[in-house]
Amino acid sequence: MNHLPQAWGRPRDDIYGAYDHSYLPQTHANTHPTTHTQSPVVTGTSVLGLKFKDGVVLAADNLASYGSLARFTDVKRLKPFNRKAVVGFGGDVSDMQYLDRLLNSLDVQENYSGAATTEEDDGEAPAATADGEGGEDKHKAILDAKNLHTYLSKVLYKRRSDFNPLWNAILVAGLTTPPPPAPSTSTSSPKDTTTSKPTGPAPSRKPIPYLAYADLLGTTYSSPTLATGFGAHLAVPIMRRAVPDEAAAAKLSREEAVEIVKKCMKVLFYRDARSMNEYSLCVIDGKGVDLQENIKLEGESWAFAEGIKGYGTQTV
Amino acid sequence: MFRNNYDNDSVTFSPQGRIFQVEYAQEAVKQGSVVVGIVSKTHAVLAALKRNAEELSSYQKKIIPIDTHYGIALAGLASDARVLSNFMKQQSLASRLTYDRPIPLSEITSRIGDRAQTNTQHYGKRPYGVGLLIAGVDQKGPHLFEFQPSGVTQEMVACGIGARSQMARTYLERNLDEFEGSSREELIKHALRALKDSLAQDKELTIENTSLGVAGVDENFKMYEGQEIANWLETTFERPEGGEGEGMEVDS
Repeated sequence: MNHLPQAWGRPRDDIYGAYDHSYLPQTHANTHPTTHTQSPVVTGTSVLGLKFKDGVVLAADNLASYGSLARFTDVKRLKPFNRKAVVGFGGDVSDMQYLDRLLNSLDVQENYSGAATTEEDDGEAPAATADGEGGEDKHKAILDAKNLHTYLSKVLYKRRSDFNPLWNAILVAGLTTPPPPAPSTSTSSPKDTTTSKPTGPAPSRKPIPYLAYADLLGTTYSSPTLATGFGAHLAVPIMRRAVPDEAAAAKLSREEAVEIVKKCMKVLFYRDARSMNEYSLCVIDGKGVDLQENIKLEGESWAFAEGIKGYGTQTV
Repeated sequence: MFRNNYDNDSVTFSPQGRIFQVEYAQEAVKQGSVVVGIVSKTHAVLAALKRNAEELSSYQKKIIPIDTHYGIALAGLASDARVLSNFMKQQSLASRLTYDRPIPLSEITSRIGDRAQTNTQHYGKRPYGVGLLIAGVDQKGPHLFEFQPSGVTQEMVACGIGARSQMARTYLERNLDEFEGSSREELIKHALRALKDSLAQDKELTIENTSLGVAGVDENFKMYEGQEIANWLETTFERPEGGEGEGMEVDS
């Protein structure tokens, strides 16, 4: 073994003579081994997600770092998929752009096949936004957040199994329709054929908030409070203080949820050196997706820094 | 031996613009025993007449459950239907694995449609000799699709394919307006009556030769055979197994 990658895994020339490449396919002969991007280049930092009573809040700042250099300051890392799902990306920005293109083509495919729309309401008709609460869900057939999360986690896991990972940690937020309470293969047995009455229209199940994580390893988990990257250490404890479990999330109002997430974004800007004071914030609920992409951090004050040793320039 | 020079393969048009191999495949569907499908607002029903090759043999399976939410009924070459149903089972499983959702019926129908069409455009291949009715429920509600060997697929309110199926279709056309608002049981009765209409004079629907498949909103697709359908046959026809006399229709 020597330092030359093209010799790795092959018999040593000094013992067995020059390696005969002739039987190898042309692409492999006399070339370097196949290599992949195994580390990120331009990166985005944390994404935060928080469930509330009828939706989910998602936030991520607009910075793309090149190492520790704040290289791009206008990179939007929250990508709406449709009216029921939004994806927040942390990690490599070019891989995010690849996944965004992938999701766009998936969305086009879904809409083009006609599977996504209903007859009464094809497309994003404003009529449907009026009934955020209850009522028939006219978009029940579109890919929801849960479908999208399953799909993305398979894509990520496939790529890591190819030793060619997509270097991202993502949050998928939105709505999903819960499965029926109990699977019934035969609601009425042949015995009661004479007694049965006409069944009315199907009881429509109301979509519930959905929030889940997936990363470059194909790992997935779900929680009412989630964060990727540095936020998993800094923001999750703050969010958990307000929302320790699903029951607490079911009581939280939209305003409270946005408030908590904004507070976490501030803490992250104070303590995460790869963060920025301009961010995107997205609320997904029954009414659709509300995405704001240029929110400035409010009430910034560095007064606390003086009292903390090692935080800034200090003489001990 | 050959009807003409243009039916040796499925890639050559006749001067009249026909592809005979595809038309012959459609004849194979007409040789198969009849199957009927109907949808209402809440349910999708398949009914099929099974045939046995001889008295001592078992009956050929006509309804194949594919996924929990849908199944198919076939008319024509059962072996071709088996190939297609295996493909459909794979695709359905793939949808559950990659998206965690039951595959939409329009999606699976267009996938087998594409596959069948491919067979009509490649030298050395032959069309599938089977017609299918695909019935079940997806996120958009109950559906019924018809599949033909040519690769043509259509969404239907009610449909009948197979031998003597014109009689069944006539029944379905006469009662078309009733289907949408029908209950589960009414829909099953309509399907059985349509099936019965296409039978030969001396034939009856029995628990041996009849198959039913039912799916509904919040009800998984299930196939009913044998003793399970005795009551439906009884209530739909006065004497389903009576030796003499025609079974009379019962008003619902």
